[in-house]
Amino acid sequence: MVRRRLSDVAVKSRLEGLADVVLDAAKKSKDPAISIPVRSLSNVTFDPKRRIIEMGENTQDRTFFNLGMARKFMQTMLIGAACKELFEEKVTTSLRELYYRTKHTLAGSSENTFDDQAESDPIIEDLEVTLDSLREELHVRAESAGTIVGPVTLVDDGDVIDCARLGKGGYAVPSIVEPEEIKIKKCSAKFILLVEKGTQWNRLSEDKFWKKHNCVLLTGNGQPPRGVRRLTRRLHDEYKLPVYVLVDNDPWGYYIYSVVKQGSINLAYESQRMAIPDAKFIGLSSRDPEKYKLPRNVGIKLNDKDISRAKEILAYPWFKKKEWQEEIKHMIASGLKYELDALANKNFRYLTTDYLPRKLREKDWLD
Amino acid sequence: MPRGARERNRLRSAAQFPLRPPRPSVKSLGFETRVAREKRTTQKDPPPNETKAAPEIAQKLAAKQREISISEFFTKNRHLLGFDSPRRALLTAVKEAVDNALDACEEAEIKPEVAVKIEAVANGAEPPASVFQAERFRVTVEDNGPGIVKEQISKIFAKLLYGSKFHRLRMSRGQQGIGISAAGMYGQLTTGKPTRVISRIGSKKQAHYMEIALDTKKNEPIVGVNRTTDWDRPHGTSVSIEMEGRYAEGRQSIEEYLEQTSIANPHVVLTYVSPKGETKTYPAAVAVLPHAPKEIKPHPHGIELGILLKMLQDTPSRWVSGFLSSDFSRVSPRLAAQICREAGIDPKAKPRRLGGAEAEALYKVIQKTKIMAPPTDCLSPIGEPQILAGLAKQIRADFYTAVTRRPAVYRGNPFVIEAGLAFGSGNFAQKQKEAAEEGPKAEGEDNDKEVEMARLMRFANRVPLLYQQSACAIHKSVIETNWRSYGVGQSRGALPQGPMVIFVHMASVWVPFTSESKEAIASYDEILKEVKLALQEAGRRLGVYVRRRELAQAEFKRRNIFALYIPEVAAATRKLKGKAVDIEALKARLQKMAVKLTGGEKTDALLKKNNPVAQLPSTIVAGEENIKQQAPNDKQTDKRKKRQ
Repeated sequence: MVRRRLSDVAVKSRLEGLADVVLDAAKKSKDPAISIPVRSLSNVTFDPKRRIIEMGENTQDRTFFNLGMARKFMQTMLIGAACKELFEEKVTTSLRELYYRTKHTLAGSSENTFDDQAESDPIIEDLEVTLDSLREELHVRAESAGTIVGPVTLVDDGDVIDCARLGKGGYAVPSIVEPEEIKIKKCSAKFILLVEKGTQWNRLSEDKFWKKHNCVLLTGNGQPPRGVRRLTRRLHDEYKLPVYVLVDNDPWGYYIYSVVKQGSINLAYESQRMAIPDAKFIGLSSRDPEKYKLPRNVGIKLNDKDISRAKEILAYPWFKKKEWQEEIKHMIASGLKYELDALANKNFRYLTTDYLPRKLREKDWLD
Repeated sequence: MPRGARERNRLRSAAQFPLRPPRPSVKSLGFETRVAREKRTTQKDPPPNETKAAPEIAQKLAAKQREISISEFFTKNRHLLGFDSPRRALLTAVKEAVDNALDACEEAEIKPEVAVKIEAVANGAEPPASVFQAERFRVTVEDNGPGIVKEQISKIFAKLLYGSKFHRLRMSRGQQGIGISAAGMYGQLTTGKPTRVISRIGSKKQAHYMEIALDTKKNEPIVGVNRTTDWDRPHGTSVSIEMEGRYAEGRQSIEEYLEQTSIANPHVVLTYVSPKGETKTYPAAVAVLPHAPKEIKPHPHGIELGILLKMLQDTPSRWVSGFLSSDFSRVSPRLAAQICREAGIDPKAKPRRLGGAEAEALYKVIQKTKIMAPPTDCLSPIGEPQILAGLAKQIRADFYTAVTRRPAVYRGNPFVIEAGLAFGSGNFAQKQKEAAEEGPKAEGEDNDKEVEMARLMRFANRVPLLYQQSACAIHKSVIETNWRSYGVGQSRGALPQGPMVIFVHMASVWVPFTSESKEAIASYDEILKEVKLALQEAGRRLGVYVRRRELAQAEFKRRNIFALYIPEVAAATRKLKGKAVDIEALKARLQKMAVKLTGGEKTDALLKKNNPVAQLPSTIVAGEENIKQQAPNDKQTDKRKKRQ
């Protein structure tokens, strides 16, 4: 089901299509228009069968002779040209470098092509969906902010990396983990534990939780980057490992879980190779504070932003299962959110020695 | 003594205070002090139970009670006159001397030329390391005024409350005749040096040189050196005081005072030699002197009961009715008779014989009676063209406007409010150009701009007010004006934001200051209202200008946006497609489409025609031509060379 990786030649010809838009329009004295698929909630659908978020068919024309769009049109062309340059130079680059490469002052004014990176990042996402090419295929790396430790052996650029022998620090997951770049040589783990925060990952790694329970420990430090999600998906696919997600008990934690499971709204086109529909939510559940007798004073009061975000999540089609509705409503009713760190209130090793073992023993997770 | 009578006596003595300054004031001061002493005594010793002891205590107290001279009083309360810190003392001395010089010149209808010189003086053997560390200065102020006859010199410069301005209602800078002698006294107290004066009343007479000290107990001058001297000026006065002080620059400095004086008095030539030895000249911007204000009699609604009592004592009129009609403005003989009738006083009664109760009745009736507003020819506002000239001369801006209100009245005193605005940094066109030539901006650099507050310049009778801004009615009116509706940013309860100078002037025969140091105007409703009306008119004109400028900017941007992006799009297309693309042809095609889509040349024509600012009254808009004059071209070429 996973789409084959596009060759450089194919991507290059798609990029050249942008130039054709301008040349054709100029020839016919028409407003040049690039048709871009819409990347918002209104244009994603949840496929209940495949259990992933998929992008819809809606597109929007980005035209040049339109005051509201002229700047973005110009920016899209610039980023396209910069990607072409990447092919010619045979390099990959980061989002930030790409921003610096394309930033300059417009001749005869003090206006910049891009004022900040927040302006250039979405243009790259636009190009990805427009050209139906992944970021990596455009030679742009996503940031690498994830770590892995556990009984897995990887081959990266010919180096054999045994993730069981990397001490407490683990291996930094690169942003591109496609089979061409990274090979999974061996994996004897029984399951994958994907942890939201570095603090808890460090705790588990330090306590050698993975050794005792024979699992792979992964973290993405917040919203997991593409590399981490893709590697999890590959381990899941290639070694049939169940995936458990451990996040804070707040609306953002729920959303991180759902991104791992079904894919994100913004990057819905990535779902087919990133989403893990079988991933399970192991904690922190809004029922846990009672079950594990966490005192009320280690909770944090939900603010207005939290509550409105929780209500948005309640309305997402992929959270419509009865147990999920109950889970989220229970959090709203309690008026409190809990961080994973709050478990340290019991004792420093509570997560390793009590919480997770009991969860796994009782198969206490949500799907 | 019954309470009422004592009250009246106090009022009477207070009323006499200006007439014969030292004596009556001592009485009232002595009264205050006694109360204070009694308090202290009662705190020390427990109050005696027997009434017999009372006379003894009174005797004891009487031994301690003695006269206090006005000079002694001010020695201890120098802050009341603006001599509280060395820095401010230096400024106050300059201010008093310059105010006197300008008043004297204008009264003699001479175009004023005033020179101010401040030198650091060594205190002891070693000279100060820098002027900012110096603690002693010599302030010399020279004018080309009519000069002072030699008999009067000593009294004017070394006797407190001696002068020509207090006894008449006429618009002038100084009012009480305290200022310059207080400055001399301060110098004498801090350095022991007398005030040096040179004065010459005409080219045929010799100049007179005098060194005068002040007997602080008797409030009398002590003349030291007293001789004729050679002086190159045909007429004028020079006063020189050595005093403790501190030199500072920036806000509330002598330089700021002189700059503001020059703005509000564009007919004056000022020269300033700073302690650093730098000479700065503030040239005149208008050739005509302001018309001399007329002296008026007080308006009946503007006086207090005490003043009425004093006037009753001093009048040359024999009858009360005559007193009313000849000593006040706007009281006709008929109205005088009516007032007497209503107060139950015989119109032919002798004013000096009028008892306290009768005077009080008379006062009440006067306040109730409808009387015509006072005449306003006693005022000499600066005038809109003069304010514009003054602002344009000293402040670099893009937009200037000035408003002179019609005269209004508070408590029987006529006054005029004038407002001026100077907006922009004076290089709008230049900036636009520079921005276009400037190199690329770094990320977040645009947001670095600090929020600049408007600068408020307050004036009373053409004198800049530099201290106590927030206590002043002008400041209150400025912050209560809604500047946002004129396109200027403003936080709640603060001055408006942006590169702007707000000029407000109050001209009146009697400016109601909140204290003797004359720094803040009291908040009478009528004054607040007039200031706001003046600011609103100026603000409306500013609003027209600001909106017009914004519109021009938006149009400029819209017209050029496609032209700006076309080269980028064409270059990117070529990069993507390769050398087969004819970049110039592509640019030309796209440009042609852009012109067609934005309405072509019609828009240009429309933009130029529509220029409402040119039609605003009393307003200057700095155009590109002005800017070119101010900024020499070689500066720009320099910049370009550097980049190359």
